[in-house]
Amino acid sequence: MHLRYPLAPIALSALFAGPAVAAGLGVNVEIPRLNVSEYHRPYVAAWIERPDNTVATTLAVWYDVRTKGGHEEGTKWLKDLRQWWRRTGRELSVPIDGVTGATRPAGTHQLAFSEGTQPLGQLAPGSYKLVVEAAREVGGREVLSLPFQWPPVQATQASAKGKDELGEVRLELKP
Amino acid sequence: MTRKTFLRTAAAALTLSAAFAAQAHNVWLLPSTTVLSKPDWVTVDGAVSNDLFVANHFPLSLDNLQVTAPDGSLLKAENAAKLKYRSVFDLNLPQPGTYRIAVLNGGVFASWKDKATGQIKRARGTPETITKDIPADAQDVNITQSAGRIETFVTVGKPTPIKPTGQGLELVSASPTDNAKGETSTFTLLLDGQPAKGLEVAVIEGNTVYRDQLNELKVKTDDQGRFSVTWPSAGMYWLEAGTRDNKTTVPQAKERRLNYAATLEVAP
Repeated sequence: MHLRYPLAPIALSALFAGPAVAAGLGVNVEIPRLNVSEYHRPYVAAWIERPDNTVATTLAVWYDVRTKGGHEEGTKWLKDLRQWWRRTGRELSVPIDGVTGATRPAGTHQLAFSEGTQPLGQLAPGSYKLVVEAAREVGGREVLSLPFQWPPVQATQASAKGKDELGEVRLELKP
Repeated sequence: MTRKTFLRTAAAALTLSAAFAAQAHNVWLLPSTTVLSKPDWVTVDGAVSNDLFVANHFPLSLDNLQVTAPDGSLLKAENAAKLKYRSVFDLNLPQPGTYRIAVLNGGVFASWKDKATGQIKRARGTPETITKDIPADAQDVNITQSAGRIETFVTVGKPTPIKPTGQGLELVSASPTDNAKGETSTFTLLLDGQPAKGLEVAVIEGNTVYRDQLNELKVKTDDQGRFSVTWPSAGMYWLEAGTRDNKTTVPQAKERRLNYAATLEVAP
């Protein structure tokens, strides 16, 4: 599930407030406002990894989805999300419904996922990491990761703060 | 043969022969990238030089360039040119998988003492031609066969394993383009398709002109021909191995010299 920014808070509260049986996972990604002469919106990938670095699922990929002559030229730079590309990106075929989308502007973007629904699907109980990677044309690259246990026993939050290409990344878990 | 013409001949031989070149110089191919997320072009430089990867000595001959697509078909290089210090070519990579870009050098070298003058003479050729170059009354004839492979790899999308040719020294790997700083990559070195046991492999990071020490890593292949490298930093690396044996296919040759060199990219 992939929601646009203005709708996200409503969707989140709907997801977390109701007597839902499915566990939920919310991800907030802050794209920092940068004072640079040439700015391009970053490519961003968010995914869930197991302790052995294998990928359980890709939650979101934002890239330049504009087409030229019927082709998505922006896929040329997906490899710059280097870690995501090596761990899982190269195995996938984009676009992926509900996962891939256009690059996003500076600001905080909220994503909500629920158990049993793609792209989160069913996660086997265990330790995981949420990984968020951002790579910007003529800019840098940054990767943040947040460990968590699944399924969550109580509502929890964790966050990490990036230094360059990512602001705060927050993970919200709801049993 | 004057000293000058001999040097010139030797320089020409350098570009053609990995066996001789590797004694003194590094022979390399340098792709613009080794990882592509969609079918695209890559451009490749090739040169013979001491400094990795600075083209400052001699261009690499592309006469024996062999580009193998993931499906085993051969791919043609485009815009190939031999410049003053480097050769260049472009490749259009249409299908997903790992491409093998190689310059193969095979040849026969002869040296002998001219009976009349006592001078040492040398010739380079093919198994068929080499005997014609050597006079019947030549003394101390020494014929050596060489087989060298200089290569690099580029992957579009998901990597595919490298299939061995079974000829000479070669590197096989599930994914030669899958190297990252701090991670360990394992490769297998084969000699005529069999594990090349106990061979020393030298691994050198590029940009040698920007540091004082070569910082060469040396690893030995095990009984399965395997060796591992833990990458200390990101960048383009050059890997080299060589050996000699007597499995010549040229009856007159006593020795076969085998060389292998590969350029591998390590992601940050």
